[in-house]
Amino acid sequence: MEQNIAVGKQGWLGTARRDTWWVEPLLILVGLSAFGIYSTYSAVFWDYHFEIGPYLSPFYEPLLVFDWWPFSPAILILWIPLGFRTTCYYYRGAYWRSFFANPPACAVTGWEGKNYAGEAKFPIFVLNFHRYFMYAALLLNVMLWVGAVRSYWWQGELGIGLGSIILTINAFLLMMYSLGCHSLRHLVGGKLDCFSCSSCARTRKRIWDYITRWNEHHKFWAWVSLIWVAFTDFYVRMVSSGVFNDPNTWSNFPRP
Amino acid sequence: MVQEEGRQITVRILRGEGVKTQEVEYQVAVEPGWVVLDVVLHIQARMAPDLAVRWNCKAAKCGSCSAEVNGKPRLMCKTRLDDLDLTKPVVVHPIKTFPRIKDLVTDVSWNFEVNKKIQPFTPKKDAAFIYFQEDIDRVQEMRKCIECFLCQNVCHVLRNREQYQRFVGPRFFVRLAGLEMHPLDDADRLKQIEEDGIFLCNITKCCTHVCPEDIHITDNAIIPLKERVIDKSYSFWNWVLQPFSSK
Amino acid sequence: MSDYDPIDFDVLVVGAGGAGLRAAIEASARGLKTGLVCKSLLGKAHTVMAEGGVAAALANVDKDDNWQVHFRDTMLGGKMMNNWRMAMLHAKEAPEAVYELERWGAAFDRTEDGRILQRAFGGHKYKRLAHVGDRTGLEMIRTLQDRGVHQGIEVFMECTITHLLTDDGRVTGAFGYWRESGRFIVFRARAVVLATGGIGKMYRITSNSWEYTADGHALAYQAGAELIDMEFVQFHPTGMVWPPGVRGILVTEAVRGEGGLLRNSLNERFMQKYDPERLELSTRDLVSKSIYREVQEGRGTPHGGVWLDVSHLPADQVIKKLPSMYHQFKDLADVDITRSPMEVGPTMHYVMGGIQVDAETGASTVPGLLAAGECAGGMHGANRLGGNSLSDLLVFGKRAGAGAAEFARANSGKAGFDPEQVRKAERELLSVFEAAQGESPYDVQMTLQELMQNNVGIIREGSRLQLAIDELKKLRARAAHLCVEGSRLYNPGWHLGWDLRNMLTIAEIVARCALQREESRGAHTRLDFENTDKTKWEKLTSFARKRDGQLEIGTSSKGEMPPELKSLFA
Repeated sequence: MEQNIAVGKQGWLGTARRDTWWVEPLLILVGLSAFGIYSTYSAVFWDYHFEIGPYLSPFYEPLLVFDWWPFSPAILILWIPLGFRTTCYYYRGAYWRSFFANPPACAVTGWEGKNYAGEAKFPIFVLNFHRYFMYAALLLNVMLWVGAVRSYWWQGELGIGLGSIILTINAFLLMMYSLGCHSLRHLVGGKLDCFSCSSCARTRKRIWDYITRWNEHHKFWAWVSLIWVAFTDFYVRMVSSGVFNDPNTWSNFPRP
Repeated sequence: MVQEEGRQITVRILRGEGVKTQEVEYQVAVEPGWVVLDVVLHIQARMAPDLAVRWNCKAAKCGSCSAEVNGKPRLMCKTRLDDLDLTKPVVVHPIKTFPRIKDLVTDVSWNFEVNKKIQPFTPKKDAAFIYFQEDIDRVQEMRKCIECFLCQNVCHVLRNREQYQRFVGPRFFVRLAGLEMHPLDDADRLKQIEEDGIFLCNITKCCTHVCPEDIHITDNAIIPLKERVIDKSYSFWNWVLQPFSSK
Repeated sequence: MSDYDPIDFDVLVVGAGGAGLRAAIEASARGLKTGLVCKSLLGKAHTVMAEGGVAAALANVDKDDNWQVHFRDTMLGGKMMNNWRMAMLHAKEAPEAVYELERWGAAFDRTEDGRILQRAFGGHKYKRLAHVGDRTGLEMIRTLQDRGVHQGIEVFMECTITHLLTDDGRVTGAFGYWRESGRFIVFRARAVVLATGGIGKMYRITSNSWEYTADGHALAYQAGAELIDMEFVQFHPTGMVWPPGVRGILVTEAVRGEGGLLRNSLNERFMQKYDPERLELSTRDLVSKSIYREVQEGRGTPHGGVWLDVSHLPADQVIKKLPSMYHQFKDLADVDITRSPMEVGPTMHYVMGGIQVDAETGASTVPGLLAAGECAGGMHGANRLGGNSLSDLLVFGKRAGAGAAEFARANSGKAGFDPEQVRKAERELLSVFEAAQGESPYDVQMTLQELMQNNVGIIREGSRLQLAIDELKKLRARAAHLCVEGSRLYNPGWHLGWDLRNMLTIAEIVARCALQREESRGAHTRLDFENTDKTKWEKLTSFARKRDGQLEIGTSSKGEMPPELKSLFA
């Protein structure tokens, strides 16, 4: 005697999976939304709380203030990291799942039907031009290091504050995220078929090896740097508006 | 229900021919260290002699026994019972993406047809076949593929979007990457790779998650191929420099 | 009811492992219409499980290696039972076969100077095995597969050949069924190459898959071809022993090739007793017997094996060179081999015996029928060296493909057969569905496996072999009354019912040949005849054939080696 059980059809979010597959996409949804809301708020409502003493919020680095630009200077900067992260191969996978349920998770039914173009058609095809945002982001990364170094120097006096440390960590994390970029990995060595064919190729292979190592943890660096950059901006904002007191070695550190 | 003595577990297998299917429940006495395939073969030998299932090596080397165990695409020979919650029935379904023939056996012949269309290894003329381990590491990763087709099964572009005409699937991007990255290969498949639907992939990485050979399909095959295709056909620099190039 | 349109081929190859694929590629490259039939999907054949490497005297690592040394190692490993012509051709042609594979896209591990890397293996004097980590077979079958499908070979996947069709003593076609639909299929061919592999599924503990049911051996036997050396069944020294679900799964010899050590429960490197010179890298027959003896004498591990240890090697080296072993033990047995030893014991692995073939062409004693690979006999004598199988497939697969092509060309007239053969085959296959009651094929197979494991295993004895022969007779009677449930659509029970006939036929031949050979040699060990008999048996090959519907077992004397080869053993 066998017991027979009819199986229902799997529709939207249908799956035979029993684990909590929805946790990860949900966390990503919440995390990215929270960052989006905070950074938009912070950039739009800028009210000059982005700078104090030697500290400049990374959202504003390098500081671009022009007469002809009536809006927040952050907007002149933020399109770069926004574009870099939007076209990032890690984030693309993450938001295709969390925001567009395309698919929501592995072996879980999302949108069905043959009307699908993935990233093959304009305008979504633009996501594939990740490398150009990468160039800009690397440049920005240099500026962030400049900002981090500058934060140890206030009115001709070398010193250190909690803010300097936070800014340095921020520059480091963003660097680790940028240097693990898939496009960069391709450009430095991935595009070569032969690593041993010339001394130049051998050097590029060595750099490729490093980038590969960082690339394996791209997701980790993506999240840590994202959270930290928001925290850094938040910290500078809080210090400059007088909510936090920045512990530092400078006697003449400005009081807001 | 068929019952046996010993440590009992409940297994439900999707049985039937073509589209007519239902889950059939079995009570099985299991031994230590058993994998799901042991259970299925045991059911076949003792309770359901006509239970259709593909298997060969039973050691995760041939890629025959792909199925969906409790909803997850896996090799049955690699899925230990110890790792499953045995207080609930273990549910074994065939892979969903390909047409069902009978019970756990599906028609995967589409994959073999796709493979025929890929331009094979084309060595450079008079190649001396001297190359180094560092040149071949990437290629060897691609060649680990055992063709279990779990990546093809889980990829939503095939599974939910049925793009069989426009998309070759992760398995064949892995094969193509192995060929394109071979230091001695002289063929250029990049135009074909775009036509093979490389940009239909939206990098949700399910192929990588299910790969029993631990090939980093997305990071090491698909994304590098995307970048190469962009280099070839969509590079800004190529576009700017094109009028000056001597070709 | 049997009006099938036969599908016409010049050359039909049965079996799509290394040998079958290589034969088909060769025949098709010579411009002949070639068909390839396999029981599983393409690329799943047993070759895919070969791990350690392919033996060829490339001399990339050890400069002193050459074909003569390889030949000598092969003959000594085979205890001089080998067909010397085959061993010679094999040693001479293996390097070119490996290079050819490389030209077709196989990516072998490399030496420091950019050539094919070779590793040490049991019984090979020099480092000789070209390899890809521990998945050499996969690399090989994928390379051949991709080469084959682009050459216009027509592949019939999941299709089982059950009968060879003959015309006046010549093989002219084959009959079989599609596993998927259960429908029958008839091939007409000018030449048929058997490359069906081995016989492992008649043993309980084996590294072989369900496919290894002696099909080619039985097909050839039924067609009147001669089988030789069938008493020589190789037990690989290292199969997994725990947990029960994985018992028998192969642990590659490359583990020892990379420096793995064998120890008993007293932590002794026991191979020092049995082969102080070659130790762990002794030949498989000797290592298997040594492990068997250690366990018998109470120095085994808790689950009846011995310890195989690589934990003294650097962990990253183990993971790089033995990745699938690392994962196999981690996933299936919860053992991290970079830290703790593996528990291993002998597992039935390979049959040296098989269809007697002509060394040059692969032709069997029946016209139109050729064989290559494991189902052909003679190449490996009484014991096969690790790594010699993959090279065997390439060398003799190619030769059989060429031989078949030549035969097909020379016999280009219409190949025919009596349609009554097809009707008879059909009746035989369908009869099991008519029985309302009968034996389950699975039960009969389990009894067979137990019987062969216990009585025709590593260590043999006249009385137990006789017992096995008597019991096999009873089993055949049981197998004549099988009952199969369900329809013809993908029905494994029905398929096994037929495979069982092949196994029972060949099991008896193995047992009878083992009883006939009254000595111990290589993989054949008799408790009642413990010595190797250099005067009588060294010169005799046992054969089995069907004459007037009856099994005939006998011996024939071996050919003498020419002096220039003989001098290699001086």
